[in-house]
This record gives sequence, C-alpha cells and structure tokens, in this order.
Amino acid sequence: MTAPTRKQQADPLAGVALDVDALIDNPSTAIVVCCGSGGVGKTTTAAALGLRAAERGRKVVVLTIDPARRLAQSMGLTELDNTPRVVKSVSGPGELQAMMLDMKRTFDEVVLAHADPERARQIMENPFYQSLSSGFAGTQEYMAMEKLGQLQATGTWDLIVVDTPPSRSALDFLDAPNRLGSFLDGKLIRVLMAPAKVGGRSAMKFLNVGMNMFTGVLGKILGANVLQDVSTFVAAMDSMFGGFRERADRTYQLLQAPGTAFLVVAAPERDALREAAYFVDRLETDRMPLAGLVLNRVHRTGAPQLTAERALAAAETLEQGDADAETDGGAGGSATAQESQGSQGSQASEGSQASEVLAAGLLRLHADRVRTITHERRMRDRFVSIYPDVPLVEVPALAGDVHDLEGLREIGERLAAG
Amino acid sequence: MPDWEGVRLHVVSGKGGTGKTTVAAALAMALAADGKRTLLIEVEERQGIAELFGISALPYEERRVASVGPGALGRSGTRGSTGKAGREGEVFALAIDIEQALLEYLEMFYKLGRAGKALRKVGFIDFATTIAPGLRDVLLTGKACEAVRRKGPDGKRHYDAVVMDAPPTGRISRFLNINTEVAGLARFGPIFTQSQAVMRVIRSPETAVHLVTLLEEMPVQETVDGVAELRSAGLPVGGVFVNMVRPPLLDEAAILASDGDHREELGLALADAGVGGRPRGGAGRSVPAATRKLVEPLLAQGREHAARVLLEREQRSDVQALKLPTYELPLLSGGVDLGGLYRLAAALKEEGAA
Ligand SMILES: Nc1ncnc2c1ncn2[C@@H]1O[C@H](COP(=O)(O)OP(=O)(O)OP(=O)(O)O)[C@@H](O)[C@H]1O
Ligand SMILES: Nc1ncnc2c1ncn2[C@@H]1O[C@H](COP(=O)(O)OP(=O)(O)OP(=O)(O)O)[C@@H](O)[C@H]1O
Ligand SMILES: [Mg+2]
Ligand SMILES: [Mg+2]
Repeated sequence: MTAPTRKQQADPLAGVALDVDALIDNPSTAIVVCCGSGGVGKTTTAAALGLRAAERGRKVVVLTIDPARRLAQSMGLTELDNTPRVVKSVSGPGELQAMMLDMKRTFDEVVLAHADPERARQIMENPFYQSLSSGFAGTQEYMAMEKLGQLQATGTWDLIVVDTPPSRSALDFLDAPNRLGSFLDGKLIRVLMAPAKVGGRSAMKFLNVGMNMFTGVLGKILGANVLQDVSTFVAAMDSMFGGFRERADRTYQLLQAPGTAFLVVAAPERDALREAAYFVDRLETDRMPLAGLVLNRVHRTGAPQLTAERALAAAETLEQGDADAETDGGAGGSATAQESQGSQGSQASEGSQASEVLAAGLLRLHADRVRTITHERRMRDRFVSIYPDVPLVEVPALAGDVHDLEGLREIGERLAAG
Repeated sequence: MPDWEGVRLHVVSGKGGTGKTTVAAALAMALAADGKRTLLIEVEERQGIAELFGISALPYEERRVASVGPGALGRSGTRGSTGKAGREGEVFALAIDIEQALLEYLEMFYKLGRAGKALRKVGFIDFATTIAPGLRDVLLTGKACEAVRRKGPDGKRHYDAVVMDAPPTGRISRFLNINTEVAGLARFGPIFTQSQAVMRVIRSPETAVHLVTLLEEMPVQETVDGVAELRSAGLPVGGVFVNMVRPPLLDEAAILASDGDHREELGLALADAGVGGRPRGGAGRSVPAATRKLVEPLLAQGREHAARVLLEREQRSDVQALKLPTYELPLLSGGVDLGGLYRLAAALKEEGAA
C-alpha cells in the first residue's frame, strides 16, 4: 500500500491521513475487512467502499451482514439466496456484486459440499446441528469467514469487501470462529465421542471425575438425547472433512495475507474508540494488516469562527428581546390582542420577530453542534495521541440515513476526501 | 396509578446499543421510589451495571447499588401512595455468573458436594453451556423468577419488582421461552417442575417485556418486528422506551427555514444580537460582512436539523402505531453517570412508567 504521509510534522495530533483511493485502486489489495463495534457504520462503509472501488474500475463483491432493509433493496438484494447479485446503476468501468450472508445456508452448503447426500441429510436433521447452525454464539462470525473463503476461492473478483456481524465487540470477529472451531474439535467433545467410537471408557481415565458422573449429570440436565445428538453430529462432521479447527485456521491465514487490509470503523465516542483501540492492538498481535481507522459520523460546522458561548449569549439576547416585545404588546400578549392592533407597522415587526425566533433557534443549534464537535475532537485526539501511526480518515455525519446508491456514493467521496 | 402496577418482572430488551442497560437501571430506580425495594439483574456477564454505577465488579451476590430518597425523583408520595412514602427506596443489583448459577441449579436437584468443584475443573460447565446454549437461558430466567417469587419471613415478597437487563430483541423470545422447550424435553421430574414454574411467571400478567429504541430506522424496525414476535410467542409485551431523544431545539422554525428565504432578515437579527458585528445605517440597514458569512452555514445546519426532525417524526409515528405505552428519555450530553440515571429515573416516573 502507499506510504501514508503525515499531514503536519508540527502538530502531533494531526495524525496520518488514510488514503482510501490508494487502497482500493491498488491491484494487490484483494480483501478489505470492515470491522468495529455495533452500529458504528461497518455495513455502510463496506457498501460505500465497494461501490467506489467498482466505479473506479475494479471487479468487486461486497459481502454484507444484516444490512438495513432499505439499503439492501437499493443494492438489489431482495432475495436471500446467499449468492452475489449484480448491482445495477453502477457507473464507470468496473463491476459491483453484492450479497447478504445467510448463515444457516452457508453452514448447509458446507455440509452438502463435503458429505454424500444421505449423510448430509442425517446431519441436517440432527437437532444439535439445527441449533448450532441457526443461533449459536459465534456461528455468524464463523460463517462470514467461511463465505469469505468461498468467495476468494472462486477467483471471480479482484476485490472482496467484507462487512462483519453486529457484535458487541469487534474482537468477536476474530475470536468467535476460533472458539467454535476449537470447541468442535476440542478435547471434551472427543471424550464424549469416545464411548461411541471405541465403545469403552479407557479414554476417560485421565479425568478425575468418572464418566458416569459426567455424562450422567449432563444427560440429566440436558436430556440424554441431546448428548446422543451431539456425539453423532460430531462423528458425522469429523469423518466428513478435515475438521472445523483446520478450516478456521485456513481463513485466519487468509486474513494475515498481504493482500488483506483491515479497516476499523468507529464513531467518535468513548466506547466505540475504546473498542477500536482493542482491535488495533489485537491486529498487531495477530500480525494482521491494518489499513487504518474510519472515524464515522463526525460532526462539522460551516461556521467554526462562532463559539458556542457567543452563540448562546446572542440567542439569549434575541429571546430576551422577544419577551420584552410581548410584554409591550399588552400583558400576556395573546394572538388576538396582537391582531386587533392590526396596523402595517406591527406586521413588519411580526416578520422580524419570526426571524429573531429563527435566528435564536439557529444559534442554539449551532452551540449544540459546536459542543458536540469539541467533544468528538477530544475523543479523536486521545486516540491519535495513543496511536499516532494509525492512518485515519473522518467521514462526516450526513443529515439522514444512508439507504441508497446516491448516499453510498456520497459516503465514498467523503471516505476518499478525508 | 403507574402504568405497570402489578408487574413484578420487567424484562428490558431492544436493539444492541440502544440503551437497554441504562434504561433497565433507570427503571429499577424509578420503581424503587416511595420506599420500595427493587432488584436489577444483569445476564450477559459483562459487568455493565457496575460500569454504569461506577462501582467495582459485582460478585454473584445481590448488592445494594443505589438508594432513592423521598423526593429524589421529584414529587414523591403521589396519589394512591401507601404509608411507605417518605421512606428510602433501595435498588439492589445482581450480575449472574453462569458457572455458579449452574452449580446452584444442580445443587437444587442433586447432592453434588465436592464434585461441583471437580466439574468446574474439567471445563464441564463451559462445555455444558456451550453444547446447549439453552441451558444458559434456563439458568438465567430461573434465577430471575426465583427473585420475583422469593418471600421474606413476613410472607411478603422480598422485592417489589425485578428488572432484567435482557438479551437484545433478536434473541429475546427464544430466551424467555426456553423453559417451554426444556419442559418439552424433560416431561417429568424436578427439572420439568422447575421450568413449568418459571414459565408460569413469565407468561403471567406479572411480567412485562419492554423494548428500548432510538428514533432511527433500524432500531424502530427491530422494535416493530420484536413486538410481533413476542406476541406470536405468547409473551407479555410491555412498553416502548424511546431513548436518547434530542431536545426539540427549533423544530418548526427549522422546517420553515429549510424552504423559505430568510437570509436578509436573519442576517439583521443576528447582527442585532451582536453576532459578527452590529448592523450599519438606520433605515436601509445592511448586514455586516462578517455576519453575512455566518448566515449560510447556520441555515445549512438548520436544514440538516430539519431533515433529521422529519425523519424522527416518521419513526415516532411508526412507534405510535404500535399502540403501546411509550416513554421518551432525553439524550444526556456527555453520556450517563449516576446523576444522569437519577434524571432518567425521574423522567420515567413523571411519564408514569413507575
Ligand atoms: N456517515 C453517516 N452519516 C449518517 N448516517 C450514517 C453514516 N454512517 C452510517 N449511518 C447510518 O447509521 C446506521 C448504522 O449504520 P450501519 O448499519 O452501517 O452500522 P453497522 O456498524 O453495520 O451496524 P451493526 O453493528 O448493527 O451491523 C444506519 O442507519 C446508517 O444509515
Ligand atoms: N439517554 C441517554 N443519553 C446519553 N447517552 C446514553 C443514553 N442512554 C444510553 N446512553 C449511552 O449509550 C451507550 C449504550 O448504552 P447501553 O450500554 O445502556 O446500551 P445497551 O443497549 O445496554 O448496549 P448493549 O447492546 O451493548 O448491551 C452507553 O455509552 C450509554 O452511556
Ligand atoms: Mg451491519
Ligand atoms: Mg447492555
């Protein structure tokens, strides 16, 4: 990737600018992963980046997870068929496809691809498989990785943009697949399977709790059939392909590969930035390539010269003037009383009174905005002073939701402009 | 009379990040006013309650986290109040630890003795809760119902109300209905009896499932879907808590400004108030250049605000269409601290939620 440039050597809080266009234009960028804590704008960023990359000439697929309904519709994602669809009205030389992840179907596909039809049916009918594939903590993360692996293996696209599930913590995305993988391949589950496999209990000897106790208690609290389901499920899966762990490891390696870039998305708020910091640390520990931080929904103002204090003071002056005017027009100043005065002069003053009310409102709004900006800047600066080398781009908060291609294009432009 | 008289288990759900933990805590405080005792339960093992109240991590033990003095939430001893008014209310909190809850649960049915420790050592508990995600939920709902039904030596309920900071909307129906599944699996025996008892509480009018939302598209959509799902699962739907509502700074005016042309008058008004400089001249007054520069940016902010207000209005009408009791909680600038919780609790009391 291109070397980011420091904006201003003099200002340690200026940070390093993230050059998004350089990132998506670079033909060696093959995978961009958008991660971050819940609700910060991962899906929006992923879709906007995909669109921008396509309009700049790349052949892109965006893997979204639980997009808002209107956004999905705007990308032509009306059917949940778990395959990429061409997004229409993309202008420019490239091509954009998009898909929504269906975790249950992805799991089913894995099973179908690796087992003969009879065995696949057995697995899919297994109640434990059903609860695992449709709601197990970590399944969504695991299947997002699985799908990424599948998309990459087809070699159809030269850029894959991946959204991540709405987890509490961005770290879940890295941890959950491993947790699930090691659970399914883990020691305990093997012990549990041992009786089914060898018909004996010798394997249990190393444990200081008797197998009877173990399965007995489990059986009682879960129902004996649950145990049976789990062990037949694991046996079936195990003979089917090289194990979950191995699969999880493989995608993990894909994430460490040089063509992969992580974008951490955060809102300029304490909690989101704390999560972002954890994630940045973690990527470094795991030697995964961090492209930078997208600070999303940052507030701005076109009138930075007007401070919050001045604006509020002026608003008060205006409102004070109004109150005085009202008392002048008779106690209480009711509408009918004012109308009965009905001269032209009072009409003019009504007009100017309306604009005073408007001015006061706009000034209060401005004061509020400036305070928000000050707060957000403090949050940002704290992050930058701890992570001065993490490239960063700010995306302004748009007035409404982002739910059409036009909105995505605008976010894309802001991402590139910084 | 408060809207949820007779409800003893308040389950607070909603989309992730909308403020479930915050609202649950504020509700527990509001319900504790007038000398009542409430319990706030956390089920996700994240110590969110401790963080919110600014205290160190909670052990698996009911601890007093706040008291609500008479008048702390505004007018106390409202109509129909009992002789308790004027006494201090108490909020207790419990962060459920799954391992310990499982051991406790097993103890109820089997004599485990030291074997409990051994089970933990071999990772049994992790394992059991992992292969049967439902087991977790059985333990959590079981614990909450035990607190609801617990009686003191005087035969009165130990807690006047229990508030649960519950899993998000996407998982809430399954979470609450888990005991039906369990009762289906084990058709007799102690576990069957226990899960039946839990379901009786959850499906009774003693329980209300509240949803927290923001005035944004996705949370509102999730709320609408959530209500339908709860209903079809036979669970008692409570109220909608609209959180982080921004003060209406200039709703109507901003909407007007977004289409009318008021630049000149606005410039004069601003200048009159001393923004950017005083207006020059008497009759044909003109707007100073420094003020003129501010007009467009301020109007632009007004238009953005207007757009958002309109969007929020749409969302609000979708919430109203649910025809459920609805409460609005203000956005507190700079986040929620203990003082903020009292403010939110007072707002809830004022609006009749407690
Ligand atoms: N820069 C922006 N300006 C205005 N609105 C935005 C911006 N970025 C995102 N949004 C809006 O914020 C909401 C949340 O965004 P999004 O769905 O992308 O977040 P997410 O991180 O994917 O959330 P989840 O964790 O729930 O998956 C959406 O309604 C989206 O339209
Ligand atoms: N009324 C409010 N005003 C200002 N900030 C608020 C308000 N309510 C909640 N917050 C803040 O919003 C964030 C999320 O709130 P909270 O943790 O209660 O949400 P949650 O729904 O429990 O989240 P999760 O899904 O992660 O459990 C917190 O930082 C909290 O301080
Ligand atoms: Mg998303
Ligand atoms: Mg919470």
